[in-house]
Amino acid sequence: MKVTLMKTPAHGIRAIAFAALVCAIATGLAACGKGESAASSGITPKMMADSLHAVMESDRVIYTKQVVNRLQQENVIRANEHWKDAKALPLPAQMFRMGSEMVSEKTKDFNYALLSLWAVNKQNMPKTDVEKAGLEAVVAKQEPYYSEETLGGKKYFTAVYPDVAVAEACINCHNDHEDSPRHDFKMGETMGGVVVRIPMI
Amino acid sequence: MRRRLVWLGWSMASILAVAGIAIKLQSKDRGMFLPGQTSSGHYQIELACDSCHVPFQGAISDSCMKCHQTDLAEGEDSHPKSKFTDPRNAERIARLDATSCVTCHVEHRPEITGTMGVTLPADVCFYCHSDIARERPSHQNMAFDSCASAGCHNFHDNRALYTDFLLKHQSEPEVLSVALVTRRPRRTSATPVDASRRDDPHGTVADPRLVEEWASTAHAQSGVNCSACHVVASGSANKAWTDHPGYQSCETCHKSESQGFSGGRHGMRLAAGLGPMSPSLARLPMNSSAKERTLDCGSCHSPHTFDTRRAAADGCLDCHADRHSLAYKDSPHFALWRAESEGRAPDGSGVGCATCHLPRVTGETGGSSAVRVDHNQNANLRPNEKMIRSVCLNCHGLGFSIDALADPVLIETNFRGRPARHIESIDMALRKAAANPRSK
Repeated sequence: MKVTLMKTPAHGIRAIAFAALVCAIATGLAACGKGESAASSGITPKMMADSLHAVMESDRVIYTKQVVNRLQQENVIRANEHWKDAKALPLPAQMFRMGSEMVSEKTKDFNYALLSLWAVNKQNMPKTDVEKAGLEAVVAKQEPYYSEETLGGKKYFTAVYPDVAVAEACINCHNDHEDSPRHDFKMGETMGGVVVRIPMI
Repeated sequence: MRRRLVWLGWSMASILAVAGIAIKLQSKDRGMFLPGQTSSGHYQIELACDSCHVPFQGAISDSCMKCHQTDLAEGEDSHPKSKFTDPRNAERIARLDATSCVTCHVEHRPEITGTMGVTLPADVCFYCHSDIARERPSHQNMAFDSCASAGCHNFHDNRALYTDFLLKHQSEPEVLSVALVTRRPRRTSATPVDASRRDDPHGTVADPRLVEEWASTAHAQSGVNCSACHVVASGSANKAWTDHPGYQSCETCHKSESQGFSGGRHGMRLAAGLGPMSPSLARLPMNSSAKERTLDCGSCHSPHTFDTRRAAADGCLDCHADRHSLAYKDSPHFALWRAESEGRAPDGSGVGCATCHLPRVTGETGGSSAVRVDHNQNANLRPNEKMIRSVCLNCHGLGFSIDALADPVLIETNFRGRPARHIESIDMALRKAAANPRSK
């Protein structure tokens, strides 16, 4: 039994070419329609990073000053690195990191981390070139640092913001910690940086 | 014509083969499709392929989390997925994808499966911690396959091993001056029920001994009458009396125990929709006399007597016949158990099988701390340092506990003897603290 799909080979080639063209157009339309670029909606990556950082910083400052510092000064409860075992408050840096980890479970549209040139946990030392340059820049000048980098084949807008010692709790803990590379932090000094990364389309 | 017949025959044979495979795959007897022996942790549910495998996706981490998420969260996982999703770890993830459980735990590969179902070489820590000697000079001469040595580090649960915990428990004696486990509180708020007010349908309970047994239990004292267990709904039918209720009856009131049971080695088959576990299916040595028994709540807690004391030791030995179990009755722990049973030692000083393997834990239940018995014996089994906080530290110092759990021969003799070697974890923590003038 002879089965023929097309009348001639030329017909077959034309049919395949047409199908390929339709697929290519459909894919292109779908990709275009996936999401508006940030620029077209008026929100630049820099604006997004600044806004996110404003929220992060404010929440942590409030937690540090109004919860940790205040309750420690009133001898109600202390903050401790091992807060569960010690039945204590999480450290502000831990509260920040827990928030960051929760965000990473909710969205891939951005992520943030708390890093330092003098990190207690060496995994939080700068790893990428932009992190190193950014942390050095925010220590030298207490101003945000903006750049772009490619990680794992993806391009990111990276912003580094100075993380300043706003409460005694910050400097006391780091100055006393046996794993801290520095023991002479002062109030108002930049201790590290908040790194916000936004994937660029 | 001949070619047509060949095509027809070949097509029919193919269709029949595919249909046969599909039918076999849907049936309970699909062992022939197993590509390789499963690990000791999963062999019980190896025929429930969809426990792990998602159509067109394979075995994904979400499947692992269905059963293991609670354990990992309670263990304060040191390496959760969220630690690796930051793009700054992209290079590391490219070498070792630590966001996925199956990177390190692959099933059906017995030839590369080590302890705790890990299918990677023991020096895997090197990928991210290659510079550890710089950060911790005390680790300078340690090999990278020694990170997970007993008493040192675990990938997931380090609650009993972190430095400050070691320092906090540094000077404890081998046996604490007060060596007691948490007491199980009695619930006394309900109105007791006695035999005269039992609510079994008239004439149903023929054996008065059963009524006597129930009347002496905590159930009767807590107002739990016959109907509470024996009147159950069956399928879409209304509730009706049944002489032999299943474990679902227990679940109504004993949710945490039931959840623990389903999450552990005793009940995981039921949780996976398979038949109950039986000693005949076990890989561990079991008593031949128990081969045909099946596991549910009533197997350990005899119906009507619900003897928790029996369930905590002798009940286990009805089935378990491995060396550790067989050595129990010659162990110092059993001597304490017997003394407690005979009233020669205080309540809480005895050590039965359940004392260690189904420990009493204090948990937050609905806003208040409650003591419950954790029925998931897998929760503190491996790595065995997980047992330190929930069990060992009730009676023993941390250093002694670490040393004892690091000795496999001692474990096999059920702790009859002394630990063969000393683990340096606390000593190293002390040396580090002494070298730092700022240490707490």
